[in-house]
Amino acid sequence: MTTATTMKTRLAGPLKHLPVIALGLLMIYPVLWLIASSFKPNQLIFSDPSLWPATFTLDNYKNGWAGFQGISFGRFFANSFVISILSVLGNVITCSLAAFAFARLKFSFGKLWFALMLVTIMLPYHVTLVPQYVIFNELHWINTYYPLVLPKWLATDSFFILLMVQFIRGIPKDLDESATIDGCNYKQIYFRIMLPLLTPALITTAIFTFIWTWDDFFSQMIYLSDIRLFTVQLGIRALFDPSGSSDWGALLAMSALSLLPITAVFLVFQRYFLEGIATTGLK
Amino acid sequence: MGTSRKSLARDQNRTAYLFLLPWLLGFFLLTAGPMAGSLYLSLTKYTLLSPPTWIGVENYARIFAEDDTFRGSLWLTFKYVFLSVPLKLAFALMIAMVLNKGLRAIGLYRTVYYIPSLLGGSVAIAIVWRQIFDGTGAVNRALAWLGIEGPSWIAHPDYIIHTIVTLSVWQFGSAMVIFLAGLKQIPSDLYEAAQVDGANGWRRFSRITLPMLTPVIFFNLVMGVINSFQAFTPAFVIGDGRGGPLDATMFYTLYLYLKGFSFFEMGYASALAWIMLLIIGLLTAVIFVTSKYWVFYGDNKEGR
Repeated sequence: MTTATTMKTRLAGPLKHLPVIALGLLMIYPVLWLIASSFKPNQLIFSDPSLWPATFTLDNYKNGWAGFQGISFGRFFANSFVISILSVLGNVITCSLAAFAFARLKFSFGKLWFALMLVTIMLPYHVTLVPQYVIFNELHWINTYYPLVLPKWLATDSFFILLMVQFIRGIPKDLDESATIDGCNYKQIYFRIMLPLLTPALITTAIFTFIWTWDDFFSQMIYLSDIRLFTVQLGIRALFDPSGSSDWGALLAMSALSLLPITAVFLVFQRYFLEGIATTGLK
Repeated sequence: MGTSRKSLARDQNRTAYLFLLPWLLGFFLLTAGPMAGSLYLSLTKYTLLSPPTWIGVENYARIFAEDDTFRGSLWLTFKYVFLSVPLKLAFALMIAMVLNKGLRAIGLYRTVYYIPSLLGGSVAIAIVWRQIFDGTGAVNRALAWLGIEGPSWIAHPDYIIHTIVTLSVWQFGSAMVIFLAGLKQIPSDLYEAAQVDGANGWRRFSRITLPMLTPVIFFNLVMGVINSFQAFTPAFVIGDGRGGPLDATMFYTLYLYLKGFSFFEMGYASALAWIMLLIIGLLTAVIFVTSKYWVFYGDNKEGR
């Protein structure tokens, strides 16, 4: 009896892992398929279903990187990085400024502004889309990066403000009070006390802003039509022809490459990611 | 003393507004202003080339009375929201409960299950999805292996919506991570007491786990509905980008985009945007109002 139960528990351990591993493989299959296919010669991509290329080639990467109309994918990657990094800086700086005011300072209509900020979190982007386009068009900012980056420098991603407000509320008030007694003004409290303590929330904001900007497709498509300004997402979409005549090898190679920066950010900052999601419900 | 305190408060007021300045500018110039603007434009005929002309509620009247594409896209989007959100949450909860059973290497599994949420929003994955669901793609190969002849998931208007729903459900990882955090919050003495009272697994789940998780489910439900109503990239890339085949990928946001930025009927598109805002607001309000009947906040009202 006792041996039977120990046998059962000993077997149950690895057995419990089996369905979890099987489902895990199924989950990751599309990504593996993408990576494997990007190393296969064009004619084998759809005929050879194996995840290990029978013939291994780097041509897809060479052809894909060459881009189209004389513009290489390197340019698209550089463009995406510029937009993403400017967006990250904007969000980190302006959202933390606003969050400090909301969480720590007393000011007229403070509650009203805070409530309005909360409402904007739920607003769909589309309800401001057309007038924003009209404004940016009047400013001759179509085919520039201003429409993509300026909103981040005006703290419109209010979700991150809320994230930081909640984080600051968890920081003991004695810290700023003793700093005030020592003669610090608010600017110094923000720079010397809040920003260093806020670092985890700033990192969470930075990585999610980076990923969302990198993956953003809708607003990039609306505001950019000049190929020299294209981002990675637009470049891939341009390579892709839904009617079926795409150079699949090149397309899949560039697709695989486009996922690399996000994956790298994820692997480096994994801890912040999973904590950020668990505590705030970020996507 | 009194005056200096007053000046201190005034000083704080001024500093606060300085800190808030970027947000205030953004709020008025990019959010509140454009919202009012789109409400105004929705009552006009506007093509970007000539100034808007006032036509009253005609856009709305046309949308509700004669626009079949609007009706179709609204129905399709509802179908997408009501299929993908509950399925995604159910999956997330199920896997979270399995992982929470104290499996070793839980960190690794969590990472693997999270990766789809990380990558799923990109154009690249949407293209991959299109290929593995296509006629002779991996999905139909696997089905054939099981002796089932799969339909053409992409080309057939009845099936392509399921392809897009699967892409969304595949990204259950982020909800799962939130559920995992929620499961850790449930005090273990609740389960011990239930075990002593002889409650079986199902009763422990339905009487302890589920009620204790309702705040998390509530949060995921609200965010899920708001976000999936705005889905665009999967429909745009998996479909043909114009709503086809036969408007089977004409999601609400895609229709709005085509109206506004392909046909440049920007007044009409603004009206569509305001209708969307009201629908999302209504759905959220329904979830909020009903939440008092099903969300349990452990506020110690009972047992005291």
